[in-house]
Amino acid sequence: MERDDLIVNDSYALNAHHSEEEGAKIRRNTWKVTGILTLLTTVEVIMGIYFKRSEAFSWTMIKWTFIILTVVKAAYIVLVFMHLGDERSNLKKAVLAPYMLFIAYLLFIAITEGFGHLGNFNAFH
Amino acid sequence: MGGESTKVISNEVLWGGGQSPFSVSYGKMMMWYFLVSDALTFGGLLTAYGFVRASSTDPWPIGEQAFRSLPFVEGEYPLIYVALMTFILIVSSVTMVLAVEAGHRNDKREVIKWLGLTIIGGFFFLGSQAWEWSHYIHGSGGTFLLNEAVVVTSDDGQTFSLNKGDAVYMDHHFGHLAEPWIEGEPQVSLVESDHGVKLVEMGEHAHEVELHSLTLNKYINNESHVSGADAMKLWNARSESFSFGANMHVNEYASQQAYANFFFFITGFHGFHVFSGVVINIIIFIMAYRGVFERRKHYEMVEKIGLYWHFVDLVWVFVFTFFYLI
Repeated sequence: MERDDLIVNDSYALNAHHSEEEGAKIRRNTWKVTGILTLLTTVEVIMGIYFKRSEAFSWTMIKWTFIILTVVKAAYIVLVFMHLGDERSNLKKAVLAPYMLFIAYLLFIAITEGFGHLGNFNAFH
Repeated sequence: MGGESTKVISNEVLWGGGQSPFSVSYGKMMMWYFLVSDALTFGGLLTAYGFVRASSTDPWPIGEQAFRSLPFVEGEYPLIYVALMTFILIVSSVTMVLAVEAGHRNDKREVIKWLGLTIIGGFFFLGSQAWEWSHYIHGSGGTFLLNEAVVVTSDDGQTFSLNKGDAVYMDHHFGHLAEPWIEGEPQVSLVESDHGVKLVEMGEHAHEVELHSLTLNKYINNESHVSGADAMKLWNARSESFSFGANMHVNEYASQQAYANFFFFITGFHGFHVFSGVVINIIIFIMAYRGVFERRKHYEMVEKIGLYWHFVDLVWVFVFTFFYLI
């Protein structure tokens, strides 16, 4: 079997070497993203300690803030740390499209079946 | 006879023409596909957690209240310990990015340095999780269930009408001494004292602990302390049902078992991923050290294990939000 972890031509992604200057630029960006991730986590922790749970409207808003901050953090990790942002768009789509389907499916299930426990749940037994 | 597989098609049209359709190697593409499927597994687990929690009729513990201790420090610090774990994982993710970057410059020394730091970060995280599990399993003070309805006034003046089966929490030291007493340990005895009741341990580690205050609504909203004669009313109404910490059958954190089981499964499954990641990191570290990648003239293996390591960090970001924050 032919091995594909050996460099056969220059166009291949394995040969993705970069110079010292480009490396310095990438490292600067890495530290910047580190700062952003740390800041977002700190905000989450302070909010988590400061706000108490209640049924009130504000708690719903805080919950959504947590979820949005989480998605932002996830986007930074996937696009910058995992370099998905630098890949070709067909790979990006192949990785991200299943989650669009997954989320659509979850929304559908939550909306159609999510109230089962409030109604005639016993009918299923 | 003859399906698609027997047709003669030139290699340039097929994917066998030496070109990678995604401009990544086979191994890296397969790592991405593995991560896609693994993320769906974790997505399924967290979704199940959400549905069970939403349909639970018993109170659900507040994540940060169930984890409020710090090692070597007295007192209560909700969320700080888990935040520390999150920070450790983010930092080890950063050192991994730097190892991959050094690999793109074929800089063996830097790859070894950053990969080594990543492994150390991984060990720190695993150690933190072991401590957290140990603390969760042993519990903070233990709880007993009431055998009859009681009405008590808490220290801050609220009146609580408690029913049979409601949980009352003991404070740290009393709970720990109560445990051997409940199990019929002859070294420990229960005696009347000026304030009400105290547990006395005889023998080598002789000491005694007074029942000062009991806690209601621990881990959920409106946590309150009850002391003095009201605490004695609760103590005298206790049933035989005591529990300490958590296992797969009972737990002191909630009247339902679902929360504890999800905690064990989701953080355990994630911890197992971290453990595998550390093992693979060590293998790649040894390969880099022995110059395998130098001879190959590229460090793509570091990039592939890097993808896996970042994924572990990514999952923790979601676990942190849905388990501890919300």
